[in-house]
Amino acid sequence: MTAWAEHEYDVLIIGAGGAGLRAAIEASSTGARVGVVCKSLLGKAHTVMAEGGMAAAMANVDDRDGWTTHFADTMRGGQYLNNWRMAELHAKEAPDRVNELEAWGAVMDRTPDGRINQRNFGGHRYPRLAHVGDRTGLEMIRTLQDHGIHQGFEVHMEVTVTDLVKDGSRIAGAFAYEREHGRFVFFKARAIVLATGGLGRCYRITSNSWEGTGDGHSLAYHAGAQMRDMEFLQFHPTGMVWPPSVRGILVTEGVRGEGGILKDKDGRRFMFDDIPDAYAHQTADNEEEGWRYIRGDKEARRPPELLTRDHVARCINRQIKSNMGSPNGGVYLDIAWIKEHITDHTGHIKKKLPSMYHQFKELAGVDITEEPMEVGPTVHYAMGGILVDPETQMTTVDGLFAAGECAAGLHGANRLGGNSLSDLIVFGKRAGEYAAKYAVEHGDVHPDMAAVERARLEAEMPFDHPDGENAFSIQNDLQSLMQDNVGIVRTESEMQQAITGIDSLKQRMESCGTGGNRDYNPGWHTALDLKPLLTISEMIARSAESRKESRGAHHREDYPDKDEQEGRLITIIEKADDGGMSLTKQELPPIREDLVAIIEENQKK
Amino acid sequence: MSTVTLRIWRGTEDEGSFEEYSIERNPGMVVLDAVHKVQAEQAPDLACRWNCKAGKCGSCSAEINGMPKLMCMTRLDDLPEDKPIMVQPLKTFRTIKDLVTDVSWNYAVKKKIKPFKPRKPDAPDGTWRMKQVDVERVQEFRKCIECFLCQDVCHVLRDHEKYDEFIGPRFLIYTAGLEMNPLDTEDRISDLKKRDGIGYCNITKCCTVVCPEHIKITDNGIIPMKERVVDEFYDPLTRLFRIFKPSKKSKAEESS
Amino acid sequence: MARQDIPLEQVSVGVTARKDNWWIKPLLVFLGFSTFIVYSTWAAFQNADYFFNGNGAQYLSPFYSPLLYGQADAHPVFGTEHPAWWPGWLPFSPALLILWAPGGFRFTCYYYRGAYYKSFWLDPPACAVGEPRKGYRGEQKLPLILQNIHRYFLYVALLFIVILTYDAVISFIFVNPDGTKSFGIGIGSFVITINVILLSGYTLGCHSFRHMVGGKLDCFSKNPVRAKSWECVTCLNSKHMTWAWFSLFWVGFTDLYVRLCAAGIWTDWRIL
Repeated sequence: MTAWAEHEYDVLIIGAGGAGLRAAIEASSTGARVGVVCKSLLGKAHTVMAEGGMAAAMANVDDRDGWTTHFADTMRGGQYLNNWRMAELHAKEAPDRVNELEAWGAVMDRTPDGRINQRNFGGHRYPRLAHVGDRTGLEMIRTLQDHGIHQGFEVHMEVTVTDLVKDGSRIAGAFAYEREHGRFVFFKARAIVLATGGLGRCYRITSNSWEGTGDGHSLAYHAGAQMRDMEFLQFHPTGMVWPPSVRGILVTEGVRGEGGILKDKDGRRFMFDDIPDAYAHQTADNEEEGWRYIRGDKEARRPPELLTRDHVARCINRQIKSNMGSPNGGVYLDIAWIKEHITDHTGHIKKKLPSMYHQFKELAGVDITEEPMEVGPTVHYAMGGILVDPETQMTTVDGLFAAGECAAGLHGANRLGGNSLSDLIVFGKRAGEYAAKYAVEHGDVHPDMAAVERARLEAEMPFDHPDGENAFSIQNDLQSLMQDNVGIVRTESEMQQAITGIDSLKQRMESCGTGGNRDYNPGWHTALDLKPLLTISEMIARSAESRKESRGAHHREDYPDKDEQEGRLITIIEKADDGGMSLTKQELPPIREDLVAIIEENQKK
Repeated sequence: MSTVTLRIWRGTEDEGSFEEYSIERNPGMVVLDAVHKVQAEQAPDLACRWNCKAGKCGSCSAEINGMPKLMCMTRLDDLPEDKPIMVQPLKTFRTIKDLVTDVSWNYAVKKKIKPFKPRKPDAPDGTWRMKQVDVERVQEFRKCIECFLCQDVCHVLRDHEKYDEFIGPRFLIYTAGLEMNPLDTEDRISDLKKRDGIGYCNITKCCTVVCPEHIKITDNGIIPMKERVVDEFYDPLTRLFRIFKPSKKSKAEESS
Repeated sequence: MARQDIPLEQVSVGVTARKDNWWIKPLLVFLGFSTFIVYSTWAAFQNADYFFNGNGAQYLSPFYSPLLYGQADAHPVFGTEHPAWWPGWLPFSPALLILWAPGGFRFTCYYYRGAYYKSFWLDPPACAVGEPRKGYRGEQKLPLILQNIHRYFLYVALLFIVILTYDAVISFIFVNPDGTKSFGIGIGSFVITINVILLSGYTLGCHSFRHMVGGKLDCFSKNPVRAKSWECVTCLNSKHMTWAWFSLFWVGFTDLYVRLCAAGIWTDWRIL
């Protein structure tokens, strides 16, 4: 018996969320042999949690919209730290990708004239989010899944990749274990696409599921790829705060898009207090105008609740810190108030926000058509990630591609709501396409089998100390460390503390172990998750410490303002020859001239 | 702080037993929290599936006090306090370990169903026009999170093991969602009758009862499909009528 | 897939981990249906007391409507003598000529099917509760494949709604002692009218009817009239079980009311 089973593919895709499945469909369509590996069952990836919609300038609802406006919105939302080429491709290609989903069976909400309906969202100038109620992510993943199963790629469910293996400087395969019996698998592949999603599990309060442990980030880093802008971590302004067991679970921005308002403990609507200059001319200065905007009045300006997520999260954070919050440490999000304007408000809310209604009814015992919700910021999305080429999505390692949340560049310092789902399909497609092309052009690989053996030994390590420390407690300590020290508002000393803390957790990881056997053993799995979690935590803390300004999602108490010089630099992290983490700064390439003109044009509007 | 006792199945399909665990009870706790607490404090190798913890992914299906439910959406407050809470894996599927079952049969079934095949686009830009009223029935079925609780509770699978002859409620509404889609041109009615065994459903509506998405599986999905099967196979009048009015399938063939 | 190779242990009847009183609902359904079946069978064989005209009213029991053969004062359609082909061994009753229709409609009704498969056949006794038999044919094979005839019973049931509506109208027309007729209202008029309303609510909410009026369409927007009809039927259909029970109870009660009035046990109060 060999120590591992082997599979061989032209393209191996790690992750089966929106980006992974879209990449798999694209790669398969070229005739490549494609394998997909996912940690959970097919169709359960975190994409199902996306609620609001996917941003695409189809101009179905407001014909003034177009790719240039979408591009400018994305760049401004990202505080111009975005990779401009990615933002351009994304804005141009998103409408086609969304229409393609319809051709594959997605059934999105309609406009009165029968086209795909689009809704308002924070930071988007026009109604732009194609959606299905508040379960757009489910619709996307189910569509890709149901279409994908007929495209001929193989899916390996409940298989976790622990290491990437190279052939010289080129990627050559992935080492993994399947959960059911704990058996090892080696996937030999000519090209690999990482589509592993997010990393929120290194925080205590997060909207991410157990899968969001930054596997792709960590795998790429240890394979030698460069990482970019890891300090930019989006705190979604509205996560549930009570009861404790649901803390962090997302409350869609769609609630605010449908007219939900934020109030402090005295019932005062505090978002009018602080409107950033860059958005002042687009933001309503009274409640009446805000409501007209919600009802589709094209002359009205947006209510301040729909400002960008980083800003709304900080405003909420400020209310909570100054004891103006709700009893359980949040603020109030009120959608029930629309009864002042809508006669059948109960029916309207249930129709527009069905899963929010059930989520609060069943988990918190709150009827959102009558009472306000309690909400607070929750770790939601990593803007930073693996550095990729904008056209091909290839990382700095040959043959290794990345798409979706684990790749970086599109969102800059802050992501706009709705841009993540469109990101998945736009760049998922590109990654699949170019990975297949790469596989054809570069031919066979010869993986370093000694590295595979090392990966096996490392994966078995937790069984060497059956009485070692419980991995769950190390994970909990890490989550608290990150939550307390690298949160929404950051300072030098706290981040130093985090970096030191991570070092000592690394020591503890060495001795951590698990009992039981190898069959479906969560203790073992959690122990293996520690390596990526600690790797990404360190990247976040070090990057955050290095950016000495406040911009987008990164807010420094000790450097509260934007710094023009810092704002032109991106933070690059890679593994140094000595195995340590090396951090450098890179100048952003200048934006192409016609795009500069577009940005300036839109700033005037 | 009060405590709560869980009796959880530990073991595989062939051997195992219920083990008791007592844990501290927190406000608003759901069964999945309780299981996680057991996992973190007492039994790190206790196997269970979960992802979103908000009733959106359909991973944490189990039988709680004998009823198929999502662990993440079942609050301890709603269960009787005086007795231990029984948590066991889905009976209909083979238990891999503890609360984890082998649901691969479902994926194989889905693959057999003819995929979506849209009509030609309505507009030159390759898009379609559909009214909201035309898609609402389909959208109800597409709320399905594939938790497979309906498959678990359906006695045709659960007690009669008709895995080869019957596709189960999940895939009957999956098919219904395709059949009622205004864009779709494929015909799956004959498959429904013969291969998919829609006749095995005897409308006891347990699937509707357990559906965490509150989809009216039987009334809105299965029965309308049974009626379409009747149209096609059991009703001499509609068959006669069809001689004069071509069916969806033949229309589709004409247009393509 | 390996799934099919692993035999599941068949739990025996009534075995479940459920801790609630799951057996109450099927038991109530069993008792409810049984009571109705016993009463209606008895009433159907009476061949008497199905028409009340004591105070000038013209109340016909729904079990006997339309009255094909029967007593002269109740205006039978074909005459007072029962048909020659009626088998000698079977006691004649005009109810037997018609009850197969509403009976068949309810027997093949989607709601009733689900309910009696559980309560009478224990297939299953309740959700996630063990069953008595291993074999299962469902409605996939004979004999229950015949349930697919439901829509034909629906056509007849719709005809019955017309006839019973006629009876309800007649229940407001009273024959004066001088032979003239005038409008009037008795308690029985209400009983009979409510009966037809409940039966209509039940019949028009039928799943087959829902399919017929619009459910079979994939595209509603091209047929606004059928879409609207489908919406109305859907509205009734969502409470089909409630309509089924109320109409079942009331049709039995209507027969009982007419019967007791005709037998002189109850008095029908004239309101107008």
